[in-house]
Amino acid sequence: MPRMVSSRKPKDLAYTAKRLLSYMGMHRYSLLAVTFLVAVSVLCNLLGTYMVSPIVDGLAAGEGYGFLARGVTITAAIYTVGVLAAFGYSQIMARASQKVVYDIRRDLFTHMQTLPLSYFDTHQHGDVMSFYTNDADTISDALNNSFASVIKNGMQIAGTMTMLLALNWRLSIIVFASYALMMLYVRHSARRSKEYYNRYQKSLGILDGYIQEMAAGQKVVKVFNHEKANMDVFGGKNEELRRMGTAAQAYASTMIPAVVTISFLTYAIVSLCGGFMVLGGTATLGSLASYLVFVRQSTAPINQFTQQSNFLLSSLAGAERIFELLDMEGEPDEGKVVLARSSSGWEWQDGERSVPLCGDVRFSHVGFSYEEGVRILHGISLYAKPGQKIAFVGSTGAGKTTIANLIERFYDIEDGQILFDGIDIRRIAKGSLRRSLGIVLQDTHLFTGTIRENIRYGRLDASDGEVEEAARIASADSFIRRLPNGYDTMVVSDGANLSSGQRQLLAIARAAVADPPVLILDEATSSVDTRTEDLIEKGMDRLMEGRTVFVIAHRLSTVRNADAIMVLEHGDIVERGDHGQLMAMKGRYYELFTGMFELS
Amino acid sequence: MDDLKRLLSYLGPYRKDLAIAWLLVFIETSFELIIPSMMADLIDEGVAAGDAGFMVAKGAQMAFCALLALATGLAYARFAARAAYGWGARIRQAEYSRIQEYAFPNIDKFETSSIVTRLTGDITVMQNAINNGFRPLVRSPIMLLLGIFFSFSMNAELAIIFVIITPLLGIGLFAIVRRVAPMYKVLQKTVDGLNGVVEEDLRAIRTVKAFVREGYEERRFGEVNARLRKAGSDTNSAAVINLPFFQASMYLCILLLMYFGGSMVIEGTLQFGELTGFLTYVMQVLNSMMMLSNVFLLLTRSLASAHRICEILDEVPVLQEKDDPVRTIADGSVEFRLVTFRYSQEAEADTLEDITLSIRAGETIGIIGGTGSGKSTMVQLIDRLYDVSDGAVLVGGVDVRDYSLHSLRDAVAMILQKNLLFSGTVRDNLRWGDADASDEEIWQACRIAGAEEFLRRFPAGLDTDLGQGGVNVSGGQKQRLCIARALLKKPKVLILDDSASAVDTATELCIRRELQRLEGMTKIYIAQRISTVMHADRIVILDGGRIADIGTHSQLLESSPIYREIYESQMKGGML
Repeated sequence: MPRMVSSRKPKDLAYTAKRLLSYMGMHRYSLLAVTFLVAVSVLCNLLGTYMVSPIVDGLAAGEGYGFLARGVTITAAIYTVGVLAAFGYSQIMARASQKVVYDIRRDLFTHMQTLPLSYFDTHQHGDVMSFYTNDADTISDALNNSFASVIKNGMQIAGTMTMLLALNWRLSIIVFASYALMMLYVRHSARRSKEYYNRYQKSLGILDGYIQEMAAGQKVVKVFNHEKANMDVFGGKNEELRRMGTAAQAYASTMIPAVVTISFLTYAIVSLCGGFMVLGGTATLGSLASYLVFVRQSTAPINQFTQQSNFLLSSLAGAERIFELLDMEGEPDEGKVVLARSSSGWEWQDGERSVPLCGDVRFSHVGFSYEEGVRILHGISLYAKPGQKIAFVGSTGAGKTTIANLIERFYDIEDGQILFDGIDIRRIAKGSLRRSLGIVLQDTHLFTGTIRENIRYGRLDASDGEVEEAARIASADSFIRRLPNGYDTMVVSDGANLSSGQRQLLAIARAAVADPPVLILDEATSSVDTRTEDLIEKGMDRLMEGRTVFVIAHRLSTVRNADAIMVLEHGDIVERGDHGQLMAMKGRYYELFTGMFELS
Repeated sequence: MDDLKRLLSYLGPYRKDLAIAWLLVFIETSFELIIPSMMADLIDEGVAAGDAGFMVAKGAQMAFCALLALATGLAYARFAARAAYGWGARIRQAEYSRIQEYAFPNIDKFETSSIVTRLTGDITVMQNAINNGFRPLVRSPIMLLLGIFFSFSMNAELAIIFVIITPLLGIGLFAIVRRVAPMYKVLQKTVDGLNGVVEEDLRAIRTVKAFVREGYEERRFGEVNARLRKAGSDTNSAAVINLPFFQASMYLCILLLMYFGGSMVIEGTLQFGELTGFLTYVMQVLNSMMMLSNVFLLLTRSLASAHRICEILDEVPVLQEKDDPVRTIADGSVEFRLVTFRYSQEAEADTLEDITLSIRAGETIGIIGGTGSGKSTMVQLIDRLYDVSDGAVLVGGVDVRDYSLHSLRDAVAMILQKNLLFSGTVRDNLRWGDADASDEEIWQACRIAGAEEFLRRFPAGLDTDLGQGGVNVSGGQKQRLCIARALLKKPKVLILDDSASAVDTATELCIRRELQRLEGMTKIYIAQRISTVMHADRIVILDGGRIADIGTHSQLLESSPIYREIYESQMKGGML
């Protein structure tokens, strides 16, 4: 089983930020445009405000209405450009930020599906869903609210800093030292609070997982009077979430007062030092006054920058979780042999060579365990020649379903080999392997959509005629036609409007439309009435014709018709042979078989 | 707004934190107003007069005030964060406890994916409104009022510009909010939709992988993803018009001031010093308005979420307890009196019709019938998972609707057809039946349920982790664990709804024999296999929602053609 360890530990801020930037890089023209327009808007704002002083000066010099009107018109023109630029960048950003999050969600989904089943076995659905909503949302919020203002404030900071240096470099040393102090504090506090934001997003995922799992299992909750106990568990998780959120937010919000205080202190120190310089005669009162105006101005963008910090930090925490998932290794798929379905049937293609597919499957000393140390299969060997039916019987938990999982390569074996037409399945491209295997699982999963779409899930290019033909093979056609809208009846919430028997028939139809050379059937256990049972049996029989079949059997008829029966017990094949041979052995099979009749 | 007001009442003990936070912002803002005037003093009076002592004294005062501002600022951070997240947690708790009272129609109405977002994402939106909106909400009005006050006292004539511009801004803001508010609703709904697709994919991941349908699923996801992107883009681009709109108003204000102020200067009714000073105040007023407008957008967004949260809180649970419910259940007898049931008003036909059946305490009953004959529905009425449409169901001689739900469900153990185990260890799961069960009791229940044998083989025993939805055990093992879980309740009535179907017949027989030894417990078996029900004291045959026949195995073989038909087909097919 592939280990669930990410290939690297993206615990550092820089890595996450860089990765996020690379997503934004895909929309670099939009972002360049935003940067440009932000610059224009900042400039226009400064220039417009600056226009006040020449106008006032002019008026002081005795200019009349004409001068005033001209001045106001020029300012109006500058402001108009500024407003248009602001409109432009805010509109572009609103769209670009959604595109970035769209890309992230798309990659997330694509990558998620390549993860091995063991990932899904060990993660709650709600927890995974939280990536798409809670985590992705923090990113889009941050981009929407903060990106443009970070650029804007950055420009303003750079601008005022240059002015400060030009005006008085000695005083600027004090100012810059205090900026450095602010940066240090912000960095320290950002680290601390991001740590909490990480835990907050994680707790949110856990809570999401809990809510989802319990909502899905509501009936069991009710039957066991577990509402109160659930409230307690929920309360614990909710409390954890509250604590993490409070800590993260409290840390992040200390930055604003800290920065404000430092800037006030700086102002006081600069005024004092400047004052002494004036007293000492190294500066004039006028130059000090204008210098101080700039020092004051420089604090506003810094404050605003800090105010964006909690958005940015929580988004980085969300991004980090997402990237951790994106960095997990997907299912290994190194196989090169591919499968083609031509007019003459299925064919293997290994480089140049092309061989018709027969459907010969062999297990050679296969050993496997889901968890380290808990061996499920011990060196199993068996074979199925093309067109043979192999049935697995045995008490529950003997390892029957595991064998099916291994042929599909849902999990990788530890020892031995599984050969498909003589090719190790690890050499076969995963998609090709699975396409050549039809599977009917015990639990039929239906998707939101019509009955027709659900059958067509087996082969997407199947025509309506082929879908209906498959339904006939599965003996599902007659019940489908009786539904209010026939094949176009909508399946709602995992097929709640269909009986379990009908669901099984649909699963058979789905496998039939795929027309695979090898078939794996995990026969569903009863819960259907005798008539449906008959239909299912007939459907299965027709489906099995001409294919290599592995069947996890619960029905005597299936077992009787099998070419070979494997009796599994605790991960070993304890008996094998056909029905007659096994009955004659009077071993485990005989016991299982007679278990039923002992009653009558 | 009503929704928001209502949710604010959930602040509870955090009301205090929010009040303190408010006070602190207030103090902090006053400091920020005082400090600049000290600075002016330092330069204008100290430096200009060359008074070093005065300068140092003023500098020290400023430092002192700055440190006080720091203290209030830090305290604010603490209290505001406590208030925001405490509030969120309390709302979530209230929602969850409401959901616990829901009956199934209530849950179906929302769908799980939407319930999840209403308890997480929507609350995050509310919290963000406090985190980012509270400070400006307190500060801006102060700044605004002070700015307007000073500008009027400086030059009332020029200040009239505010009187013109403010309603204009108000109308603009109102228009934006009105346009955006419904869009936020659509946005949250689209999030639900995306969540639903992801949930479906996760649930069916085995099927997806087996059919190599990752690409197909990606396209399906791509559609909802694109829809969400569009909804997000539309909403945000409508909301951000706020920015240029306010900027434009601000600029317009400055231009008007320039022109009229300039004219006044030319006419000699205004000094230029006053004009520049006036402009400073105008900027302050407009900046605070800009801040307020952002708060309004945050509020608009949170209104949509508040509404969704209130929908959860307002949903009336379909099943209600009586005010003075019966809490003790006399015995395990069950009686159906002329019971009729249909799932919803719109349903075409009744699922159950005129069911009358009396089961003695300690009796073993088998129920058999075709798919859709109403077997599962019938037993779910005993546990009051649904209420009868007509007639009555009695347990221990009392109408189930008169019991407290807790007592009733404590006495009736039902093992559902769709068995569910939860993530966690075997012990965690089994303790659902009895939170205080000792390991010994758990093993005892497992022995009866035929689960002991395989559990003993697990190295971790009862501490074995079951994984998501119990994927680490096979179907039959899951069913046996579910039986053990139900037995731990020590119920008066035990209902097994086809709950050993994946267990092989030999094991099933063992389990049934063990169960028969538990005397005094009423046992109801629903099954498809005749072998499961044939030894019951009485067998009920359901057909199309009606009782077709009742009797023992041998009686029914004689009298019921349906029963005989099932029996013969199963003997012939020989189900293993």
